[in-house]
Amino acid sequence: MKTTEQIVLNCFHCGNTVNTNSLSIDNGADTKYFCCSGCKMVYELLNEHQLCTYYDLNGTPGQLQNKTSRADKYAFLDSSDIQNKLISFKDDNMMHVVLYLPQIHCSSCLWLLENISKLNDGIQSSRVDFTRKEVLIVFNYHSTSLRQVVETLDKIGYEPHLSLNDASQPQAKSPYRKRWYKIGVAGFCFGNIMMMSFADYLAVDNAIDPIIAKFFKGASLLLALPVLFYSASEFFVGAWQGLKNKFLNIDVPVALALVITFTKSIVDIFSGSGSGYLDSMTGIVFFMLIGRWLQSRTYQTIAFDRDYKSFFPIAINVIQNGTVIPTQISDIKENDVLQIHSNEIIPVDAILSKGTAVIDYSFVSGESLPVRVNIGEIIYAGGKQTAGLIELLAIKEVSQSYLTGLWNNPVFNKSAKPQQTIYDRIAKYFTYGVLLLGFMAGFAWFIQGDTSKMWNAITTVLIVACPCALLLSHNYTNGNILRHLRLNKFYLRSAEVIDAIASVNHIVLDKTGTITQTDHATVSYSGTELNATMRTNIAALLHQSSHPAAQSVVKHLNIQNYKEVINFKETEGSGIEGWINDQHYKLGSPAFTQGAMHQDSVGTKIIVKIDDRILGEFIIGNTYRSGIAGLIQSLKKHYKLSLLSGDNNAEAATIETMMGKDSEILFDMGPVQKMQYIRALKLRDNRNVMMVGDGLNDAGALKQSNVGIAVADDSNTFTPASDAVIDGTQLPQLQHFIRFAKAGRKIIFITFTISALYNIIGLYFAVQGILSPVIAAILMPCSSITIIAFTYGLTTLAAKKYHLLNSPITKLSN
Amino acid sequence: MSVIILLLIVSICIASGFLIAFLWSVKDGQMDDDTSPAQRILFDNNKINKP
Repeated sequence: MKTTEQIVLNCFHCGNTVNTNSLSIDNGADTKYFCCSGCKMVYELLNEHQLCTYYDLNGTPGQLQNKTSRADKYAFLDSSDIQNKLISFKDDNMMHVVLYLPQIHCSSCLWLLENISKLNDGIQSSRVDFTRKEVLIVFNYHSTSLRQVVETLDKIGYEPHLSLNDASQPQAKSPYRKRWYKIGVAGFCFGNIMMMSFADYLAVDNAIDPIIAKFFKGASLLLALPVLFYSASEFFVGAWQGLKNKFLNIDVPVALALVITFTKSIVDIFSGSGSGYLDSMTGIVFFMLIGRWLQSRTYQTIAFDRDYKSFFPIAINVIQNGTVIPTQISDIKENDVLQIHSNEIIPVDAILSKGTAVIDYSFVSGESLPVRVNIGEIIYAGGKQTAGLIELLAIKEVSQSYLTGLWNNPVFNKSAKPQQTIYDRIAKYFTYGVLLLGFMAGFAWFIQGDTSKMWNAITTVLIVACPCALLLSHNYTNGNILRHLRLNKFYLRSAEVIDAIASVNHIVLDKTGTITQTDHATVSYSGTELNATMRTNIAALLHQSSHPAAQSVVKHLNIQNYKEVINFKETEGSGIEGWINDQHYKLGSPAFTQGAMHQDSVGTKIIVKIDDRILGEFIIGNTYRSGIAGLIQSLKKHYKLSLLSGDNNAEAATIETMMGKDSEILFDMGPVQKMQYIRALKLRDNRNVMMVGDGLNDAGALKQSNVGIAVADDSNTFTPASDAVIDGTQLPQLQHFIRFAKAGRKIIFITFTISALYNIIGLYFAVQGILSPVIAAILMPCSSITIIAFTYGLTTLAAKKYHLLNSPITKLSN
Repeated sequence: MSVIILLLIVSICIASGFLIAFLWSVKDGQMDDDTSPAQRILFDNNKINKP
C-alpha cells in the first residue's frame, strides 16, 4: 500500500476542502486553490475589478458556489408588476430596492456589497444594514435593471431571498426606536432630578435656602412627569391588560408602586413635609427600561412567523402559445402550463404533462424518499422537483391547493393561550404579601393613634417593596441568557420562551430533517480504484433506480450525462444489474452480488461487481445528524421522549435502539395527526411539551406545543412558525441549552433573594414610618447595581458550566 | 433670584440639547444597526468616484 502525504488544501474563496488540483491559480508568490469552478469564477471576477480586499479583510469569506443558476432564473424580475412589489422607491431615473441577503456574515460581505457599483455601472450606491442582513441598492434603471442587479449579486454568491411574503409587507421600522426614546427621556430626567436632590442628601435640616429648595422640588416634579406619563407608560398598559384579563401580572405591583410613590411625593412636596421620592422613582423606571431593552433584543433577521408564502418562489414560468412568460404565483390560473426546473418548488397542485418527475416531499409530508411521478399523475404543491425540466398542468390555484388549504385550516392557526409565567405567579403573592404588611404596619400605628405615621408607613412600605428587583433580575438574567444562546445559534422568539423551556417535561422529535439530515448522505468508496469510464457506467446504472442509497451514490459520483443501459434489471430492495459497453455491471447488497469487501463494516453498502469480479463497495453513511444519538441518550434520562415521523417504518429498528423502549415511536404521521398527538399530550396527560421539527408538516405541532423549536440547516432555509430556531449543527447541544434555561430560573431566585435583603432593610425603616428619601435613594441604586452584577456573573458562570462559552460564532455577527 | 437657580435653568437647557440630539439620532435610524457603521469606518476609502 502506498502512503502519500496528505496536505489539506482549503478553497481560497469559501474555505471548503479542495479535492482537486486542477482549479488553481498560480500567480508567482502563492498558489490559490479552489474547490469548484463557481468559487474560482467569483475570485476571477473580483480580481478583475480590483475587489480583492474582500479576501484581505477575512480569510475565505465566500459561500460555496457549486450551484450554477440557469440563465433565465431571474427573468421574472423584468415584469413591472413584480418590480413594483419589490422596489421601495422610484423616480425618473432611480430605483431604490431593499434586498434581504441571508449570506451576510462578516465585514468582507459588508465591504464587497458596498462596493458593488464596481461590478455594475448602473448601481449608484449600496448600503448594508448588517443587523437585518439587508442591502439598500440605488440604481439607474435606464442603464441597468432590477434583474441585472440581482444577477450581479447572485454571480458573486449573494443570492437575494425574494419572496411574495416579504414583498407584500411594507418595511417595518426598527421596533427598538420607541424604547430608545423612552430610555433617553427617563435617563435625562433621572439624572437631573438626582442632581437637584443631591443637596438634600448632604444637607443638614433646613440648611438650604427655602426658595432654592422650593424651586428644586418644583423642577423635580416637572421632570418626573414625562417619566411617569411617557417612559413608564408600558408598565401601566401592561398592568391594565393584565387586570382586564383578570390576572395579576408583574406590571400590576410595579404600576401600583409608581403611582403611590408619585402621589406621596406630590403630597410631601406641597405640604412641605419633605422632598419626595422622585429620584428613586425615575431611577427605577430607567433601570427597568434598560432591562426590558436587553431582554427584547431578540434576533431581528430570524423570521419566526413565516408562512407557506415565503417558502414558495415569487414567480414561475408559464408557457403560453409556445412562449415562456414568468408569472407571479398568485396569478396562476387553472389549466396554465407550468415549466419547472430542477430544485424548484411546485407552487400549485398540478398534473405532470412532460418530463421525468422525481418529487421530494420531505418538507411537506416528512417522507424522506423522493417520489417518482408518472405522466398524468397529480403532483401536490410544496413538492420539489429533483430530476430536470418538467411541464405541468395546473389544476388548482395557489389559494386552493392542498398545502395552502392545510395552512389555512383553523386548527393550525390556533395558537396556544399566553401562559402565566412563574414570575407572574411570584409577583401575585408578592403583591398580596406587601399589601398585607403595609396595612398591618398602618394598623399598628393607628392603634397608637399616630395617623400621620400610619399613612407614612403604608405608603413607604409599598414604595420600598416594589417588585422592581424581581423585574430587574428577571430582565437582566433573561437578556444575558438570550445573548449566550444567540451566540450558540439558538434563537428564541422572546424571553418568555426561556421559562417555557425550563418547564418542559416531554420532548417530541420529528425524524426527517430533524434528527436526520435530508441531503447529507455521506458516501465513501473502498476497494480497487475506479476509472472514469467505470464511474460513468456505475452512475448510468444506478440512475435507473429510485432507491435512496442508489440516488446518494449517483449524487456522489456527480456525472451529468448517463449512458444507455442494456438488459437493465432491478431486484427490488437488493440490487440492480445491466450491460454497458459489453460489460456486465452488478450493483447491490452483499447477498445480491454474492460477496463483499469487508464483512464487518456497518451502514448501507452497494457492492460493485463488474464481469463477476468484485471491485469495491460504496458505503452510504448514517444520515442521522452527528451527535444525535448522544443527545437522545442524555435527554432520555430526564424527559419522556416521543418520535413522530411522516415516513414509513423502514428504519424502525435503528430508531428503536437509539430511543430505547420507554419512548413512543410513531410512523406515517400526517401533519394533522402530529398536531393532535401534541394536543393529546398537553390536555390528556397534562404535560409541557417541547416539539422539535423542521418541515411544513410539523407546523401545526410546533404551534400546538408549549415550545416549538424549528431546525434550520442554514439561515436561508425556510422554517415554519415557531418559538425558537436552532441551527442544525447545534442540535446536539440542545440538552445543554435546556439546562442553561433551567439555571436561569435559579439565578433569578438567587438575585431576588439578595434584593429581598435590601428590601427588608428598607422595610425596617418603612414600618416604623421613618423611611427618608435619602435612605430610599441609597438603597435603590445599590440593590439595582448588585442585581445587575450578580445576574451577569452568574449567567456567565452557568454558560461556562454548560459549555456555551466557546461559541461557534467568532465573526462579528452577534 | 439666586444665581444657582439661573445656573440650574441654563444647565437643564444645555442637557435638553443633548437629549434632543439623542432623540434625533434615534429617529434618524442611528440605533437601528449597531454593527455596520463600526465596521465601515475601518475600511480604506478607495472607492472610485463616479461622475
